[in-house]
Amino acid sequence: MELQLAIVAGVLYAAGLYLMMRRQLVQLIIGLGLITNGTNVLIFTSGGLTRTNPPVIPEEMPETLEPFADPVPQALILTAIVIGFGVLAFSLVLAHRVHKASGSDDVRGAS
Amino acid sequence: MLLVLPIIVPMFMAAVLLLIPWVRVQRWGAHVGALAQLGCGVALFHRVSQEGIQVLHVGGWRAPFGITLVADTLSSILVVAVGVVGTAITAFAFAGVDPRRESGGYHPLLMVLLMGVSGAFLTGDLFNLYVWFEVMLVASFVLMALHRTTAQVRAAFLYVTLNLLSSSFLLTALGILYGQSGTLNMADLSAAWQQNGPPRLHLPLAMLFLTAFGIKAALFPWFFWLPASYHTPPAAISAVFAGLLTKVGVYSMYRVFTLLFREVPSWVFVLIMVISAVTMVVGVTSALAQRDFRRVLSFNLVGHIGYTTMGLGLLTPIAVAGSLLYVVHHIIAITNLYLVGGIFLRLRRGSEFERLGGLYRTYPVLSVVSMIPIFALAGIPPLSGFVAKVVLVKATFAAGAYWLGAVALAVGLLSVLSMARLWDEGFWKPAAPDADKAKPIWPMVVPICALTLLSLGISAAAEPLLQLTSRAADQLLNPEPYVRAVLKEP
Repeated sequence: MELQLAIVAGVLYAAGLYLMMRRQLVQLIIGLGLITNGTNVLIFTSGGLTRTNPPVIPEEMPETLEPFADPVPQALILTAIVIGFGVLAFSLVLAHRVHKASGSDDVRGAS
Repeated sequence: MLLVLPIIVPMFMAAVLLLIPWVRVQRWGAHVGALAQLGCGVALFHRVSQEGIQVLHVGGWRAPFGITLVADTLSSILVVAVGVVGTAITAFAFAGVDPRRESGGYHPLLMVLLMGVSGAFLTGDLFNLYVWFEVMLVASFVLMALHRTTAQVRAAFLYVTLNLLSSSFLLTALGILYGQSGTLNMADLSAAWQQNGPPRLHLPLAMLFLTAFGIKAALFPWFFWLPASYHTPPAAISAVFAGLLTKVGVYSMYRVFTLLFREVPSWVFVLIMVISAVTMVVGVTSALAQRDFRRVLSFNLVGHIGYTTMGLGLLTPIAVAGSLLYVVHHIIAITNLYLVGGIFLRLRRGSEFERLGGLYRTYPVLSVVSMIPIFALAGIPPLSGFVAKVVLVKATFAAGAYWLGAVALAVGLLSVLSMARLWDEGFWKPAAPDADKAKPIWPMVVPICALTLLSLGISAAAEPLLQLTSRAADQLLNPEPYVRAVLKEP
C-alpha cells in the first residue's frame, strides 16, 4: 500500500509542477492544488500506514486499544488541508483580479 | 507567560482593529499595539539575558507532545527587532498609506503579520513554524494584493505563487521528517539525532529545508520573486516586508541547520557559502543596472542577504556572530531606506531616477537623516554596516575561506558604488524641472529619524552588540542547553 501511495504522491507532485510551468493562470492554480494534495498524501504515507484501531479512547475503557494509529500525521494533514484550502481560495480570487486587470489568463501578461 | 505576549498582543490588537470602523482610531490602535509588542519584546529580551533560555509549554503539554515556545538570545533579539520595525511602520502609516488600503484593512493585517513573524521567531516546533509561516504569508498576500493596478496585481501573483511553492517544499520536508523521526519538536529531534545518529534521509531533508527557506530568504537561484514584487506596494508595506520577511527565512535556516543538520557532509556548508557568495554578487551587480530607487533597494536587499547567510556556511562562532550582527543592522537600515523611498513616492509621485534629485537643496535635514542609513548599508566606517562587514571578513580569513572574504570585500565595494549612486540620484543631482514641491508630512519623517538614530546607536554600541550576538552564536553552535531547557522535567 505504501508503494501505491508513494507513486500517487509522486504523480501528484509531477503533475502539479508541470502545470505550474504552464502559461495559464488557472493551470498554475490547479498545479498548486495538486502539489498541496500530493504533500498531504506524502505526510499520510510517511507517517506509516497501519490498519489498526482509531487513536480515541473508547467508552468504558481506561485507555486506547493497542495498537492504535498515530494521530499526529492526521492532525498535521488536517491543518495542512485547511491552510491549503484557504490559500487556494485566495489565489483563485487573485487570478480573477489579474484577469480583470489585464484581460488575459496568460502568465506572460501577468508576470 | 512573557513568551506568548509578543504573539498575543498583536493578535488581540488585530481582532480589536477589525471591529473598529474608524480609520483614525485604527492608526492609533495599531501604533499602540506595535509599541506594546515592542515592550513585551524588550521585557522578554531582558528576561532571557538575565535568566537564560525561556521555555513555555503551551497548554501544559510537555515538550515532545505539545507545542513549545522557546526564546534564546537570537529569538529575543529578533522579537525586539520585530517590535522596532512594527513601531516605525505604524508611525509611518499615520501619513503614508492611501485611504483605500486603510479602509481595506491595512492596520489589522499588519498586526497579523507582526504576530506571524514573532511566532516564527519564538516557536520550538517545526510544524508550528510552518503554521506561523502561513499566517505571515497570508497576511502579506492580502497586503500585497490590496491594490488593483495591473502591475501590483501581477507582482502579487508572482509573490504568492513562489511563496506557496516554498511552503509546499517545507511541508514535504516536514512529512518526510516526521516519517523518519516520529517527532517535529526541534529540541527533541536534536537530542534524538545526537544519540542515535541522523536518519537515513537526512541529506535530502537538509536540501529540502535549504530550498524552502532559501526561497523565503531570497537566496541566489530562488530570489527572482523579490525584486519583481517588492517595489510595487507602497512604502508602509514594502518596508515591513523588506525588514522582516526575508529575515524569517534566514533565521529558520540558522535554527534548523544548527539544531538538526549538524552531521551533514561538509560540502553542504560549502554549498551554503557558494550560494551566499553568488547571491551577494548577483544582487549587488543587478542593483547597479537599475534606474529606480526602490528597485535598487530590492536588489541590494537580495545582495546583502548573502552576508547574513555567510556565517552559516562558515559555522565558526565569530562568523555566526558577525552574520547575526549584520541581520540586526540590516533590518534597521533597509526598513529605513524603504521608508525614505516612501517619501520620494509622496514628493515626486514615483521613485524612478528621472523624477528624483534636488532633495538636498529643498530638504537638507531629511537628506542628512537619509544619508546615514544609505551609507550604513554601503558599509562606510564608522556606521553599523561597516562593523558587521569587518567582523565577517575577518571571520572568513580566520576560517581560511579567503575567496569568500574576497567576494565579501568586492561586493562591499560595489554596494558603496550602488549606494553612492542612490545618494547622487536622489538627493544630490539637480531636481527634475517639474519636481513637486509638496512638503513631507511629519509622521513620515519621525520614524525615519528614529530609525536613523537607532542605526547610529548600533554603530556606537557595536562592541556590546557583538558580544550579544556572540552569545547568541554560542547558543546556536552548542545546542545542548537549548535542548536541555526544552526537554527538562518540571
